Amino acid sequence: MTQAITNKSSTSNRRSRWKNYFPLYLLMIPGVLYLLINNYVPMFGAIIAFKDINYQAGILGSDWIGFKNFEYLFKTKDALIITRNTILYNSLFIVVHTVIAIFVAILLNEVKKKFLSRFYQSVILLPYLISMVIVSYLVYSMLSVESGLMNKAILPLFGIDSISWYSEAKYWPYILTLVHIWKGVGFLCVVYLASIISIDTEYYEAATLDGASRWYQIRSITIPLIMPVIIMMTMMAIGRIFYSDFGLFYQVPMDSGALSKTTNVIDTYVYRGLMNLGDIGMSSAAGLYQSLVGFVLVIVSNYAVRKFSKDNALF
Amino acid sequence: MAQDSKALQWTTHIVLIALSAASLLPFLLLIMSSISSETSIIQHGYSLFPQEFSSKAYVYLLNHWQELGRAYGITVFITVVGTTASLSITSMLAYPISRQDLPWKKFWAFFVFFTLLFNGGLVPTYLIYTQVLHVKNTIWALLIPGLLMNGFNVLLVRTFFMTSIPPALIEAAKIDGAGEIKTFYKIVLPLSVPIMATIGLFEAILYWNDWFNGLTYVTNPKLFSIQNILNRLIQDVQFLSSNSDMASGVGAKVAELPSTSVKMAIAVVGVLPILVAYPFFQKYFIKGITIGSVK
Repeated sequence: MTQAITNKSSTSNRRSRWKNYFPLYLLMIPGVLYLLINNYVPMFGAIIAFKDINYQAGILGSDWIGFKNFEYLFKTKDALIITRNTILYNSLFIVVHTVIAIFVAILLNEVKKKFLSRFYQSVILLPYLISMVIVSYLVYSMLSVESGLMNKAILPLFGIDSISWYSEAKYWPYILTLVHIWKGVGFLCVVYLASIISIDTEYYEAATLDGASRWYQIRSITIPLIMPVIIMMTMMAIGRIFYSDFGLFYQVPMDSGALSKTTNVIDTYVYRGLMNLGDIGMSSAAGLYQSLVGFVLVIVSNYAVRKFSKDNALF
Repeated sequence: MAQDSKALQWTTHIVLIALSAASLLPFLLLIMSSISSETSIIQHGYSLFPQEFSSKAYVYLLNHWQELGRAYGITVFITVVGTTASLSITSMLAYPISRQDLPWKKFWAFFVFFTLLFNGGLVPTYLIYTQVLHVKNTIWALLIPGLLMNGFNVLLVRTFFMTSIPPALIEAAKIDGAGEIKTFYKIVLPLSVPIMATIGLFEAILYWNDWFNGLTYVTNPKLFSIQNILNRLIQDVQFLSSNSDMASGVGAKVAELPSTSVKMAIAVVGVLPILVAYPFFQKYFIKGITIGSVK
């Protein structure tokens, strides 16, 4: 008898609970559907890396071929080249980017007039908000073989012959690094400047009273105090080291085949395999390889951030 | 000591002026190239100080205003519709999972969060959008894949709801008889203008600048956004004229194509709205970066 009563009250409880929260769940539907379509279904779709895909039969109907696609991929030289390029570029980017951004942020903090500091900051940030397509035009106006600024105006100053930039692979590591820094340094700079500004001014006042020079203050107050942010940003970047900025490596070298030795990264390899070569097997294998290694790296780097500072960890 | 800080001030300004110049000069070169005459470009290359000015490139663009106008229209359309839709579904998902009392709250938060850790990659995404949802060569291709919503923004908005909207307020609305949905629209959203403005700004820039979806899912030039036209043009200068010739049946226009400067002129047209609007939104933009990066 008591059993029956509690049962009854708990079902009606559950029903009223369901009724109460029903509108909230209703609100969630579009977003949840989108994540299912855009993110979760493709995650399961990653099984096509183990299939011999055949459009007629569809994804589910195609034959399983085990690790064949991966065997093909890792037998080619491409796998090594794209992995090497991706990791080397990103490592270089992280180091140069961080050093320059901190340097500029410190300088910005030294500017006494607030309006001027804002102005510099905004100008340096400007390249961050234009599209890679526009960036590729800007680079083209510098490097175009017949009419670029480099070949027509700058190299002649030093008596150097014209260089056909878009077919000589060896220059591209420098060009891409420069473009990446040019476009992105403003962003990181704003992040570091924000953390510098939040440092308590009392530290500096005390140091000035003790007769410490500004340079000494920067070295022994500013940098140590923003170290947590530096470490956090760097570790997050390391977590994403297997992914590269597709636009930078695809648009800026203008998809030039002659440059692929030094400009091909995992993202461009997957894209070309899918769109131009129609090689879905290899392309999806490379994509899954990237997702899995990327996943492990994100987890590991987050674990490192967590050990270091729990608040800043992603999870 | 005074000497020391004076030297530091000087270096600071010199370095920052040099960096600002490096940020701006490429844009100036682009603009100058677009108003240089063909002969001046052929002889001296693209230059910050062109020998001879010409408005031919812009006249040419005016003659092709239909294609360009269309592309501009598409860009504006996807920016407005995409940003609005994105803000709606992002906040609608973020609000319930911000509520401490929502059943299965932890599960849903993880459901959103996991998308930041792992993704299926381009190939399955492409196959699903083209083979299952058939978005290829439709306007949906420019609006939906990848851009519409991302887990990071959802979590950002959720954090805002959790920290800036007192649960007592929601409770009070309930006691006054407002339903959940009414509470959301009438009380929570109006209090969330700052975060909505920030995310809306970033989404709008994302849509305005997007060329990836067009390159991947659109082959019909009638659906090209301004970025896609630019993308096509850099590989194939005759793209604009060949395209319009096909439509109008008039040939021999290629000869009068100011090919070298017209590319640059279209790039100017593509980037100008951002350059003009930037001074007005830079404050919010800078603020938005710091919100996003410190979570």
